[in-house]
Amino acid sequence: MMAWLAQHRHAVAAACARFAAAPLGTALNVLALGIALSLPVALLVLIDNLQKGAQHITAEPQLSLYMDLSATREQALEIGKRLASNAGVRGARLVPREQALQELKQNSGLADVIDTLPGNPLPDAYVIDPRDGSPPALAALRSQFAAMPHVAQVELDAAWARRLDAGLRLGRLIVAIITALLALALIAITFNTVRLQVLTQREEIEVAKLIGATDTYVRRPFLYYGALQGCAGALLGWLIVAGGVWLVNRNLAELSQVYASLFELQYPNHTEVIELVAGAIAVNWFGAFLSVGRHLTLVEPGRH
Amino acid sequence: MISFSQVSKRYPGGHRALHDVSFTVETGELVFVCGPSGAGKSTLLKLLVAMERPTSGNIIVNGQNVGALKPRAIPFLRRNFGLVVQDHKLLYDRNVYENVALPLRILGYPEKGAARRVRAALDKVGLLKHERALPITLSGGEQQRLCIARAIVHRPRILVADEPTGNLDAEYGAAIGELIRALHQVGVTIIIATHDQTLLAQLAPRVIALKDGKLAA
Repeated sequence: MMAWLAQHRHAVAAACARFAAAPLGTALNVLALGIALSLPVALLVLIDNLQKGAQHITAEPQLSLYMDLSATREQALEIGKRLASNAGVRGARLVPREQALQELKQNSGLADVIDTLPGNPLPDAYVIDPRDGSPPALAALRSQFAAMPHVAQVELDAAWARRLDAGLRLGRLIVAIITALLALALIAITFNTVRLQVLTQREEIEVAKLIGATDTYVRRPFLYYGALQGCAGALLGWLIVAGGVWLVNRNLAELSQVYASLFELQYPNHTEVIELVAGAIAVNWFGAFLSVGRHLTLVEPGRH
Repeated sequence: MISFSQVSKRYPGGHRALHDVSFTVETGELVFVCGPSGAGKSTLLKLLVAMERPTSGNIIVNGQNVGALKPRAIPFLRRNFGLVVQDHKLLYDRNVYENVALPLRILGYPEKGAARRVRAALDKVGLLKHERALPITLSGGEQQRLCIARAIVHRPRILVADEPTGNLDAEYGAAIGELIRALHQVGVTIIIATHDQTLLAQLAPRVIALKDGKLAA
């Protein structure tokens, strides 16, 4: 066990020595890996933040019920009673058509245009707070209300949020595809750097094999080399994203002051950072494994 | 312990390096493989440590058929040997100590005992004071002795050396001769390819003579 640990310690030391032997090349490799990894992480952070924002906004979904233009106030009040007695409704507020027109005049700046209209083009409406905000419950309420007499239309105010949600899911799929492609790129990068390493360490490998080193022993430093490179790349990728978030937040702070609202991007959380580092290590280890397996057979003592 | 039976080696391109060579070496024996250059001495040693595979015939080491070993078994065969090769195969980016410590690392030998063994081996070849030096700063003869130190540090059962006194002046040649004698006395099996007549006279070993790839009478 001690011997085994010592061998791993030597392998790590050898891998570190190989980094130190070519600082510029190593730095450029790590930079390439870091930038490659920062791209999907940045997208993921963006999606996470959009989703959080969307959740915040749609925490209280509402339904808007519009009466027929021809419906009378009595018919509207009748609907109001039915809404009030509905188990799925927490509260319903009537927005009379006169009030709606008044608000439109005040808020839209189209008062002059509205004044020229022959009549009020707006119907009576209800703003309904449902008891259950889940999408299936909302959909059920919506079809129920739409079937009531003199109701022209029922709109789900959360519809845009659902659309955003679908969009975000698509975004996640795109990130997954980009991540898969980048994983392939990382494997290619590591495959190539380890190939060069094997060739420059040719003498050493030959001597080690001649003395009785197993392939496992020879392979070990290269695997650590790949894994360490992946780890450094992932940490750099995280730093790039964290730096980006910090910069954006600094600018958002000014914006927030102007708009008197607090909005800032969340940093990638611990789990995501750990997943990023572990994933990069695994992928680079695999690239190194492929490369060293492929190239080790080419270095055999007595064969030139 | 070691037996060659009707071993032939033909290299790609048709050059026949060994032809129908048979002999056995008992445990603890000291054997010189002699002959003019090109007689097949180096090929014989390469076959023994599985750097090459025979075209025909069997090579048995410790009951194992070397020519039929699976690649993954070869490292374990090689651990029986201490190898002194002609072109040294030292690691020039590591100091003398690290070079000699390498076999112990590979065998997973504990660090503390390793330091003692490395120094003992360096002392035997007279390189102890160069412990921290890089091999490139050593003379040819010193590099040769370093190679010998690396070959004996893990106390192999069989020492295989290709021209171990090739680059040494007479004084160190004699010292290496004494070292070989000492190893022989503690029971190490030793096979040396050489045409060093002084060494031959010094140790008076059994001789396997090769000529044009065949055993000479």
